Amino acid sequence: MTDATTTGATAREEKLASANSRRARIMGGVLIALALLVLFTLDVAPGESATFRLTTPRDAVQIGDLVVPGGPFNMIAAALLAFLGVRQFLRGGARWTNISLGIGLAILVMAFLVWATAGKSFSLTGMLQATMVRAVPIALGGLAGVLSERVAVVNIAIEGMLLAGAFTGALVGSLLGGWVGMFAAIAVGGCFGLLLAALVVTYRMDQIIAGVVINLFVLGVTSYVSSQVFAEYRHLNNAPTFRSFKIPILGDIPVIGPMLFNQNLFVYGALILVAVSTYYLFHTKNGLRARAVGEHPRAADTLGIDVYKTRYFHVTLAGMVAGFGGAWFTLGSVGRFDENMTNGRGYIGLAAMIFGRWHPVGALSAALVFGFADSIQQKLALLNTPIPSEFLSMAPYIATIIVVAGLIGRSKPPAANGTPYTKE
Amino acid sequence: MDVELRGLTKRFGSVVANDHVDLQIRAGEVLGLLGENGAGKSTMMNMLSGLYSPDEGEILIDGKPVKFEGPGDGIEAGIGMVHQHFMLVPVMTVAENVVLGVEPTGRFGHLDIKKARAQVEEINQKYRLHVPPDELIEELPVGIQQRVEILKVLFRSADVLILDEPTAVLTPQEVHEFFGIVDTLKKAGKAIVFITHKLHEVLEISDRISVLRQGRITGEGDPKTLTEADLAEMMVGRPVSFTTAKEPAKPGRTMLEMSDVTMLDEADEMLLDHVSLTVRSGEVVGVAGVQGNGQTELVEAITGLERVASGKIVFDGDDITTASVRERHKMGMAHIPEDRHKSGMVDSFTVAENMVLNSYYSPYYSKGWAIDWQKVNETAARYCVEFDVRTPSVFLPGGALSGGNQQKMVVARELERETKLVVASQPTRGVDVGSIEYIHERLIASRDEGDGVLIVSSELDEIMGLSDRIYVMYDGKIVAEFDNTGGKADRNAVGLAMAGAHEGEAA
Repeated sequence: MTDATTTGATAREEKLASANSRRARIMGGVLIALALLVLFTLDVAPGESATFRLTTPRDAVQIGDLVVPGGPFNMIAAALLAFLGVRQFLRGGARWTNISLGIGLAILVMAFLVWATAGKSFSLTGMLQATMVRAVPIALGGLAGVLSERVAVVNIAIEGMLLAGAFTGALVGSLLGGWVGMFAAIAVGGCFGLLLAALVVTYRMDQIIAGVVINLFVLGVTSYVSSQVFAEYRHLNNAPTFRSFKIPILGDIPVIGPMLFNQNLFVYGALILVAVSTYYLFHTKNGLRARAVGEHPRAADTLGIDVYKTRYFHVTLAGMVAGFGGAWFTLGSVGRFDENMTNGRGYIGLAAMIFGRWHPVGALSAALVFGFADSIQQKLALLNTPIPSEFLSMAPYIATIIVVAGLIGRSKPPAANGTPYTKE
Repeated sequence: MDVELRGLTKRFGSVVANDHVDLQIRAGEVLGLLGENGAGKSTMMNMLSGLYSPDEGEILIDGKPVKFEGPGDGIEAGIGMVHQHFMLVPVMTVAENVVLGVEPTGRFGHLDIKKARAQVEEINQKYRLHVPPDELIEELPVGIQQRVEILKVLFRSADVLILDEPTAVLTPQEVHEFFGIVDTLKKAGKAIVFITHKLHEVLEISDRISVLRQGRITGEGDPKTLTEADLAEMMVGRPVSFTTAKEPAKPGRTMLEMSDVTMLDEADEMLLDHVSLTVRSGEVVGVAGVQGNGQTELVEAITGLERVASGKIVFDGDDITTASVRERHKMGMAHIPEDRHKSGMVDSFTVAENMVLNSYYSPYYSKGWAIDWQKVNETAARYCVEFDVRTPSVFLPGGALSGGNQQKMVVARELERETKLVVASQPTRGVDVGSIEYIHERLIASRDEGDGVLIVSSELDEIMGLSDRIYVMYDGKIVAEFDNTGGKADRNAVGLAMAGAHEGEAA
């Protein structure tokens, strides 16, 4: 018996080790392939440099441009990638696999930027600023997802809530001004949250189907109104937008200042909401109760926590957050509603939530990755790279796939996620 | 705090779940509450916790009548429940779980986790529970998790603790520690209600015993003067024999041989870790172990419900490692599954339909596409008589029968044909004492007819009573083997092996 026991233990370790090293090898191979890609495809003509502008002439504090010699930089990048790859291939541990891949991808992006900018100049700060702006709807969508999935309600309807917020913001904003428009967007988002809660909590409808129904409903109604009514009465779709305003002193810090402290209401709002909800979920009484409801509703119920009320409250709250995020598309950006203008940002927000492991800060970080992919395609279009713009506009979605499928692997949602609760 | 139930009655439709129950719960005393599944124990407890309100009768606390209206009212009055299935959030810490719902807070509802931890430590000290406040629940063994549950009700200053089948998930050693805690609580003046169906435990720990049968209190007494036989009779309503009478085994040829069988889950974790065992004809082999140590997977491997990763399974000389479930079935393997509702029967099918689930396709019942229902019904009626399945009609849905009768229905279907090997997993879970006795007899009868019988059970008594040989499983491995001819295996040693102690003796 003891014989079998010991061989069992070693066999298990071997098995686990082999699974890990298989993954490590694959990742190593990928990194080496990236190194070759950088070396041969992203080769920069000798002597050409990439100029990254960090400040604009109007900024209070001026710092010089970052000039990177293209050829040597990408050689070094390729060498680093190759080193990581070989190291990973030979003796990659489980922990190192993800870190190496993360570093590798960052190097690849840098090399790519240097290659695209070689011989030209490019505003790095401008791109980071755009990254932040574009991350806002995704982050708010992700945050809405966190709020509702933490109480175990799967919220596919975020897309529809964003769209409803965008539409309401444009319509009410045109009639009654930006602030009223924004609050109306929040209210309408909240109404859809309440509707979703009613469907899935009280009527125990399948959560995915309920979400899809809301999305289709919102898409249908807003598309109809925008093509039939807005086309006729243009003044109904001409809302004022929230301008960006600089926060004194902080806004003058180079690079970070423009990115974080010279933005409009929606960027500040998103950052504050992420901070507040992190505190709420993990450091307050009600946050603890909400998480308990998402993990083990029966336990919460036996301790006198009202599962239904908690779910209603948080899903409605999620709708309000998504409504606010939706208003960004119109009031925070162009002031005008277009058919299906959210274009899947709600779903990317859900991906950000998963990538961010159901944590508000995680969701924001993930949203920044997607925002970066989004803004890079926009800026690169200006640089006249040989890559067709259609491919560039795929960037955010490709980033989603890589990130969700490759980088995070399996992360753990709240245990009761997606299941309705029935009292005994 | 003393609690008294006076004439408490609860009806669900035409069923009387509790019929004028009178019960006294006294401070500083352990009340053992015995009863079979469906005897009305949980209904009574749910009335005490406020989940149900009684139709008649009243609950008195320290002589004053109280009225509970919602699930929180019981605990508010000082009556705390420790549920059989733990009500703990696995990804939260002990302290978070304990304070959930009554959190110490600062400004803006800020959760004062430091204070929570201190409060947990205080109770820890007072009752010597030794629970680490900052560990995540999912990282604690079941025995400790149970103490967290107890801590939870103590934190809510309960004076009456109702423990619902607390020992079901514990190893014999953990049960021993658990009884120590119950003793400490008792000395601290708490009143304890210990609900169980295990007779020897209730005799060991209780100061008083009450027995519930069919919603009524059918007996009360002093554990010092009562015997297990008395208690069983009160529970069942007639004398019950505990030891299944059996001749010494006459082991014949090898019926089942597993060698080095491993099974992996999706994450490549070992569920079965190089398991080797044999079952010979004419012997009962028991597999003991605390639930969740690979027994379910073992049975799935033998019956073909799950594919094994490596190793070999030989059934009466034929390699069946990759054989389908039906092939194994046709070769004479009978399977009594651990969860009859999940895999043993179809609740909404009639008794007759359930009886032929494994043989409807045989030419006897099926001519071409059509099933000969006449024959099915006749056979089912005959099985019901032979196996003592009590049902008014074979056309009743299987789900409408009592647990014991459902199980006898499954047993009848599986044993009433030519078998060579019987694999019985938790054959008497959720079954009344009368039916347990009967099912045990049938299993021994199968053995005496020359079948190999493999019994997997987390009830050690069942394993000790039936088996001629015992394997112990722990963490997916067979960690020990005992010869139990004439019941000579050392119960304590088996218990130690179940807890993962590695000095299992080889037979």
